[in-house]
Amino acid sequence: MSRDVLEIEGVSKKFGPLTAVDDVSLSIRENEFFALLGPSGCGKTTLLRMLAGFETPTRGRILLDGADVSRTPPNRRPVNLMFQSYALFPHMSVRANISYGLEMEGRPGSEIRSRVDEMLVTTQLGGLADRKPDQLSGGQKQRVALARALIKRPRVLLLDEPLGALDKKLRGDMQIELKRLQHEVGITFIVVTHDQEEALVMADRMAVLKDGRLLQCDTPHTVYEHPADAFVAGFIGVMNFAEGSVSGQGVKARDGSLITGSLPDEIANDAAAIAAVRPERIVLFPADDIANRTSGRVVALAYHGLDLQLHVKTPLADKPFLIRVTADTADRRPLAVGDTVDLGWSAADTRIFRH
Amino acid sequence: MWGRCTAGQRGARKGNKPRQSLHANCRRVVTTNSRPAFLMAPALAWLIGLMVVPCGLVLALAFFQRGIYGGVDYTFTLENFAKVFDPLYAGIFLRSARIAGTATLIAVVIGYAAAYAIASCRRSLQPVLLFFAVLPFWSNYLIRTYAWIVLLNREGLVTQVLRWFGYTGEPPSMLYTEGAVIAGLVYNYLPFVILACYAPLSRLNPELAEASRDLGGSAVTTFRRIILPLTLPGIAAGAVFVFVLSIGNFVTPALLGGGRFQMIGNLVYDQFLTANDWPFGAALAAVLIAIMMLLLLVQGYAADRASTRTAQAREEA
Repeated sequence: MSRDVLEIEGVSKKFGPLTAVDDVSLSIRENEFFALLGPSGCGKTTLLRMLAGFETPTRGRILLDGADVSRTPPNRRPVNLMFQSYALFPHMSVRANISYGLEMEGRPGSEIRSRVDEMLVTTQLGGLADRKPDQLSGGQKQRVALARALIKRPRVLLLDEPLGALDKKLRGDMQIELKRLQHEVGITFIVVTHDQEEALVMADRMAVLKDGRLLQCDTPHTVYEHPADAFVAGFIGVMNFAEGSVSGQGVKARDGSLITGSLPDEIANDAAAIAAVRPERIVLFPADDIANRTSGRVVALAYHGLDLQLHVKTPLADKPFLIRVTADTADRRPLAVGDTVDLGWSAADTRIFRH
Repeated sequence: MWGRCTAGQRGARKGNKPRQSLHANCRRVVTTNSRPAFLMAPALAWLIGLMVVPCGLVLALAFFQRGIYGGVDYTFTLENFAKVFDPLYAGIFLRSARIAGTATLIAVVIGYAAAYAIASCRRSLQPVLLFFAVLPFWSNYLIRTYAWIVLLNREGLVTQVLRWFGYTGEPPSMLYTEGAVIAGLVYNYLPFVILACYAPLSRLNPELAEASRDLGGSAVTTFRRIILPLTLPGIAAGAVFVFVLSIGNFVTPALLGGGRFQMIGNLVYDQFLTANDWPFGAALAAVLIAIMMLLLLVQGYAADRASTRTAQAREEA
């Protein structure tokens, strides 16, 4: 992780009255696996298309290795895009698809052949070189699309929902595979995804966008453990929320109890606030030294093999709290719907956001 | 069973429906049962009564001799076909092919460009533009052809426009030339090409062109290597349509062309209605029909092979 390969400086994109991307600034480092994450319509695809050269920013600049490429056409940028639909050329074989980009560079035939052969091995497409895209499975198409973009040795590879079209099991394998490949070829990857789990697993750093604005940009660990606001907290993973108002060292919940935790800077007393806690941070039947405690009734149980997920209705919020209990804890103390349980979490696990 | 299947495909092809789904439909009909066969009966009766039988009669007529006082002498001969290849008549065939070929080429270039422009417009605007493209079809072919006389005659609209721009010389002679015939044919058959080319162009995934650009292809290379090959079936369908309709045309050359036998259609007309040599007229018509059938078969075969290949590929995957 050294210098920045790509700098996005105050970029905005308007389509008529609609602002798709609103004053976004980001720096992406050399050899980084970067994820652009957000719900659909958050502007992440528009941002990606600006990086690829299919859209020009309304305001702001995009710098690649220090040079302004904001208005450089896509065929003159050392940046390649792997399309969500893969966009493989249906009338060309796998080999012809992969060699297309090198032909456009005017490389000699012998070099094209050897580089394509090499890429077919890297992406495990060896036996499929003469097939047409119609004759490939979803996973194979995805690898051809990847090979076709990677063979250009771009400075930055953009991937638009690369795993979106694959089924869940294959998606898990391909997440690991993409990381391995990125490490092997040493190219900066920028992945657009709406799947927060995918971003957590694959990315070195991630940016969360909503309504065209950048909410947070950091490592998956920091984004998960210290989300910038309540939206990010709820979008990444699962979060339990309790609304209330700031009071002394925490948030006074609607049932009058005080949820303690560190407050955001410069927040006024009595200001509306939201206290939040992750399901895996909540313990059942807490010891006496645990600061935040409440009790509730189990309204639903979901067995997931590795853990048991409890939905507990507490006086803190309308929505039942989700609690994850490991399998051995659940074995020691069997629970059923309708049981009343005590639960609690420490002050260090509370996150407090402005409302 | 097989015949019904291909007939359905052929009909649908003219309607420019997506080829894959059509193939799937066809397959389903074949594998289920033959109960709906009676639905074909009216169309089949129509086809046999008004197409197969008359064509058969024309073909039969071609093998007889001309009667001394006109009419037909029912004695077998191959003389009529030998006469077709006489340099005089073969020359008219060749000229017809040249005129039809030129008209086809011009119609394809203009039609493809128009279809491309329409397919690049906003989705909501496209049906409106297509409507305007086929609007001339709503008026009579003869009227549309007569309109060209108004445009091209010595004191016609074109000459007046030229004068308005300060032209003072002799009015250009445009009417009754081969160029006028070609213009008439292009004008009349252009909508076919636009519709045939629009179908594959509108179905083309725009990301394919973007992918080509992304991989370093210029706009021209992207068109030549991606867009053109993928829309070739539409061009072929449109081109065969224009060529077949043009080579057998007799109204346009009769009204806009100079000379008596501008094209083969006029010659056939003349043999039947003026020269009273029905057997020779029939032989000319038979050869003309054979050329048209051959072209349609080749085009149909190429299109079928393309769609079978995709269907097979899909099954293998």
